[in-house]
Amino acid sequence: MKKAAILVAFLFVGAFLLLAATSMREFGEPSFADMDDYFIANTQTEVAANNAVTAVVFDYRGFDTLGEATVLFAAVVGVLALFRKLREDET
Amino acid sequence: MSIGNLPFVVAVLLVAFGIYTFLFKRNLIKLVIGVSLVETGVNLFLVTLGYRTAGIAPIYTFAPEAERMVLPTPQALTLTSIVIGLATTALLLSFAVFIHRHYGTLDVRKVKELQG
Amino acid sequence: MNTGMSIIVRTITRLVYGLALVFGFYVIMHGHLTPGGGFQGGAVVASAFALLLVAFGAAGVKGHLNRHLLQTLEEIGALAFLALGFVGIGSAFFYNLLANSGSLFGGAVVPIGPNAGVFNAGGTLPLMNWAVGLKVMTGIAAIVIAMLVGSRKEETE
Repeated sequence: MKKAAILVAFLFVGAFLLLAATSMREFGEPSFADMDDYFIANTQTEVAANNAVTAVVFDYRGFDTLGEATVLFAAVVGVLALFRKLREDET
Repeated sequence: MSIGNLPFVVAVLLVAFGIYTFLFKRNLIKLVIGVSLVETGVNLFLVTLGYRTAGIAPIYTFAPEAERMVLPTPQALTLTSIVIGLATTALLLSFAVFIHRHYGTLDVRKVKELQG
Repeated sequence: MNTGMSIIVRTITRLVYGLALVFGFYVIMHGHLTPGGGFQGGAVVASAFALLLVAFGAAGVKGHLNRHLLQTLEEIGALAFLALGFVGIGSAFFYNLLANSGSLFGGAVVPIGPNAGVFNAGGTLPLMNWAVGLKVMTGIAAIVIAMLVGSRKEETE
């Protein structure tokens, strides 16, 4: 009985997702592209780099990259702390 | 025939398969695979949001002759999302190793009891 | 996992390992010219480390990859990235002070439009690429080694 209820709920969610995907805007025409047009036009003069994606990641939106570096650091510290108890037995 | 909305439908299908996997499977490793599938579907959806028809990559080194470039911001945000997905999967798998050592089994229905 | 894999896998790993390291460092270093950068190049080098670990087993790489050295290098990479954000603190946090300035990475002038790539340009971008690349590759290598050694101990107890 519980499995039937979960199946009905999953079918409902799946149908909703498919309906949302087919009624989106047309593929290939972005709605608001003013910020990205400014990035593409001014990368070579302001940042002096050829790669617009790297300029966006490290210069125009560097704060998001700082948050991502923090998340990666926290994950590495968490995994090393979880497996520390066994290293003490070994050494 | 033109392509229509097919890339959006594929990304949403990946998300739906991921949700099916972590609703209906009992092994812990299969749950982690389901979470990874959902993250992959979301990353694909982010990248297909920034496409311009007949556009080239937003890089000026040896660029071919074209008028428009694809938007660079969704690609930058997808980079961040992939790294966060890696961090989540690493921590989930460490917890799975510990649960297996403590309970002796990886079945989700048997690890509900609180043992000493 | 004291034993690695068969002799064919070990021979091919010895041939491919140096190539994979050089390719990873190339992707990190040319992040401001070609597709790539810190995160992508760091992932390539970390997968070379993981290939070495799988092919030779945990006992085979015990003398080569030290866990505490990897941890220290990862902390140095994270602190270097944070310090590079404070370089242009006179105008803003993460301000690109070295671009078009004539010093370390701001010497050459980049022509507008499609060109062949100028290496001595970009400001703080190549330095940040190196910091993030070091952080990602040592971090993922430390995770893989810790998980391998941590789950091996249970079988030999």
